[in-house]
Amino acid sequence: MLSMKVRLRVFAAVLCVCLGILLSGTGRVRADNLPVIEITAKRFAFSPDKIILKKGQTVKLRLHSEDVTHGFFLRPLKLDEEIPAGQTTEVIVTPQQAGTFTTICDHFCGANHGNMNMTIVVEE
Amino acid sequence: MKQTDRRSFLKIAGTSLGIGVLYSAYPAAARGGEAGHLFSELGKSTGEKVTPFSFLQLSDAHVGFNGPPDPLGTKAFERAVDMVNALPRRPDLVLFTGDLTHDTEDRNVHVQRMKQFQEISRRMNVPMIRHVPGEHDAGLDSGGLYREVFGETFYSFDHRGVHFVALDNVTRPKPEVGAEQLAWLKKDLARFPKAAPIVVFTHRPLFDLRPDWEWFTSDGDEVMNLLSPYDNVTVLYGHIHRDDEHQIGAVHHYGARSLIFGFPDPSGAAGPRKAVPFDKDHPFKNLGIRTVSFNGAPRPGTAPLSIEDVELTAREFRGINGVQQFLRNPLV
Repeated sequence: MLSMKVRLRVFAAVLCVCLGILLSGTGRVRADNLPVIEITAKRFAFSPDKIILKKGQTVKLRLHSEDVTHGFFLRPLKLDEEIPAGQTTEVIVTPQQAGTFTTICDHFCGANHGNMNMTIVVEE
Repeated sequence: MKQTDRRSFLKIAGTSLGIGVLYSAYPAAARGGEAGHLFSELGKSTGEKVTPFSFLQLSDAHVGFNGPPDPLGTKAFERAVDMVNALPRRPDLVLFTGDLTHDTEDRNVHVQRMKQFQEISRRMNVPMIRHVPGEHDAGLDSGGLYREVFGETFYSFDHRGVHFVALDNVTRPKPEVGAEQLAWLKKDLARFPKAAPIVVFTHRPLFDLRPDWEWFTSDGDEVMNLLSPYDNVTVLYGHIHRDDEHQIGAVHHYGARSLIFGFPDPSGAAGPRKAVPFDKDHPFKNLGIRTVSFNGAPRPGTAPLSIEDVELTAREFRGINGVQQFLRNPLV
């Protein structure tokens, strides 16, 4: 049996890990006070097709599919999401790199899938 | 096992002809010595003696596609078949690296397209044709129909001492190979010595060629980790509708032209991917022809094979073999 002291240490460690996750800049965590950007995915386009973010500023992207399952992939911003058919996926992002990036649907969705993309501009 | 320099192992020669890529493989020093010992070992692994042969790569016919940017339908594919049949030396096999058909949500129509692909491809006078799916064949139904018509989406086989691996990076939702296939590949490769000649054929590039055009495989690094212990690995892929060559470590990657329309150079084109416009005066421009020259036994740090690209028009042929083919079959 573990002593009470050891149990407390384990509890404190677990608590720290949980807090760390909650306070980290990216990930699927609850963050009710963040700016929210709505993005709709529908064969074969995202709407809007361009958004502007600020480097270091955390925002929540609400990704909604109006038809089939889509992907939302942008490696430089570590975005790699699935947007299930008819559902909404939320992702929190804090861009660390300025520039103009092309985000693609990387879940094959039909004939013109290869041209389904949008632009994310990250300003300094 | 005795160590053998890979220079003495595989000599690959190419013929400057036609469609996709023509590969010829033959042992540089199969008679005795270290190479002979290696071939003996490979024979035990593959069950086959290493003997000279050639093969072709064709890609991206998109049977069923019509409309811009290319109004030709299957004409380029059929032209390719004619050119294959006009080759002075019959290849042992043809590898087709995906997007055999264009996608449709109508199952019956897609079946018809696959049957049409088979009807055209079977006109080729070659003993063996092998395929991998592209996302337009198998992306909408996780490969269900493709398996019914063409069979498994990943597999391997040995031919005259060369190990061929068909990898599927299109039937999962994302552009990836997946854990199951990685485990299979690891097991599949385990019986081969370091110098074994391995040809991987797949649809998407296994490296980040242009991720914002979906020209990548997300777990391609894991595939390459499994292949990296081997000295003679060549990866053939389609998807990008243009010729491309990359060397990563000791592995050489070759993208193939399509038989429908071309895409631009990814290193020089900013923004979204756009097909090369159709040129009615040169309808087969940018399509499917690439020749391969093999300059003797590979040396460390050099490609085991070199490629010369030729467009799918006899007018564009270069080299002695191109002239020979033109004389045999002046299609233009």
